[in-house]
Amino acid sequence: MISLEGIRFGYDAAHPVLTGLDFTVQPGERVALLGGNGAGKTTLLHVMVGLLLPQAGRVTAFGAERRKEADFHEVRARAGLLFQDPDDQLFCPTVGEDVAFGPLNLGRSRAEARALVTQTLARVGLAGFEGRITHKLSGGQKRLVTLAAVLAMEPELLLLDEPSNALDEAARERLLGILAGLPQAMVIISHDQDLVERLATRRVVLSNGRVENSDA
Amino acid sequence: MSVLYAEPTPLPEPKPSLVALLDPRSRVMGAVLFALAVVAAHGLAALGAALTVAVVLAFLARLAPVPTLKRLLALDGFMVVVLAMLPFTVPGSAMFDLFGLPASSEGARQAVAILLKANAVTLAMLALLGSMEVVALGHALGRLGVPERFVALFLFTTRYIAVLHQEYSRLRLAMRARAFRLHSSVHSWRAMGWLVGMLLVMSLERSERIHAAMRCRGFTGRFHLCDDSRAGWLDWGFGAAQAASLALMLVLDVS
Repeated sequence: MISLEGIRFGYDAAHPVLTGLDFTVQPGERVALLGGNGAGKTTLLHVMVGLLLPQAGRVTAFGAERRKEADFHEVRARAGLLFQDPDDQLFCPTVGEDVAFGPLNLGRSRAEARALVTQTLARVGLAGFEGRITHKLSGGQKRLVTLAAVLAMEPELLLLDEPSNALDEAARERLLGILAGLPQAMVIISHDQDLVERLATRRVVLSNGRVENSDA
Repeated sequence: MSVLYAEPTPLPEPKPSLVALLDPRSRVMGAVLFALAVVAAHGLAALGAALTVAVVLAFLARLAPVPTLKRLLALDGFMVVVLAMLPFTVPGSAMFDLFGLPASSEGARQAVAILLKANAVTLAMLALLGSMEVVALGHALGRLGVPERFVALFLFTTRYIAVLHQEYSRLRLAMRARAFRLHSSVHSWRAMGWLVGMLLVMSLERSERIHAAMRCRGFTGRFHLCDDSRAGWLDWGFGAAQAASLALMLVLDVS
């Protein structure tokens, strides 16, 4: 679905984060992306959807090479990125608007977007939350709303950046149950051992800016 | 799981107030027209009528009396010095002398007019706008034709002010946990300076992350507001009552 070859990236020249990294996600896979703090896991996800453009290397996504910002518009619609902090993602005043934001940007009509919102919220167990104010939600609810917001764009691939971070046990269980039931391929960054055990079909360890080992 | 789905405890108020039932747009329009009319009016009778209308609105919005009075008093306390000076600075026929300074009745009249205007407008704003959810106010402004960018800025501000405040409280708490106490010392001021600087850096970084998250969902510069509140008979009734009271003020003002 997305494949990276020889990716080099650094926020400044003295400290390269990714140093010639190769990585591929196949349909139906759930890849756990492991590695210490600062290993470049989040950077890798951002390179995959073109939020960061690599200094060297090639990004191929959904059958085409992607180089410029404009190339990535389609990639972002087909690969949904879930951010680490839900507050970064939930910027609309109400839950309904936030979930509808993606579909409306993709050119869906208001009626279609509304139907998608109802359907997606029901899918994550938040039916009837449309009118709720986003900043008044609990941490667990915010996480599920951000997931709904990504799912409403009907992506083929999910990129999850520490999805179970800072969730209590009940919220975490609920999230895991939902993720396990989704048909999409996934790349999951997580330090949550149990989540990795239960969801991942393959593990990839990142260290020194490249993939260290990968098991099936 | 139950924690996750627990609805917030419902407010003790059993029935929404009459003002809460109005379309937010009627409330914004009503407040703006009322303020313009009051500012334009001169006669004390008209201004008295305006204050009466504002008090009625406050009752209809079921404003809590004590906090509302406190707010009005805060406003009046702010103006009291200026108002007390007016009779002595405005020329006109003398009412009485204070330490040889004549107090003019024209000045006193102006002071009363300003007092009535300020209280009427503030009370009406509190009743019509203050009791509204900020988000509803943003939507109403958007649907009344206020430029999209302003509405977006307004809504972003209300959305992230709480997040910024949380960030501030977290940093402040961490400082207190390391025995920091605010004194008037170089160390204190430098630490507070760093705190403000760090908040600026954090908000800049957050804004970059938010923008990235928006781009991930196909943001191209257009905001879509989902709001289909409709004006009903209640709104027309409110509009008619509002028009009647403004007309009454006008008549009182002219006669």
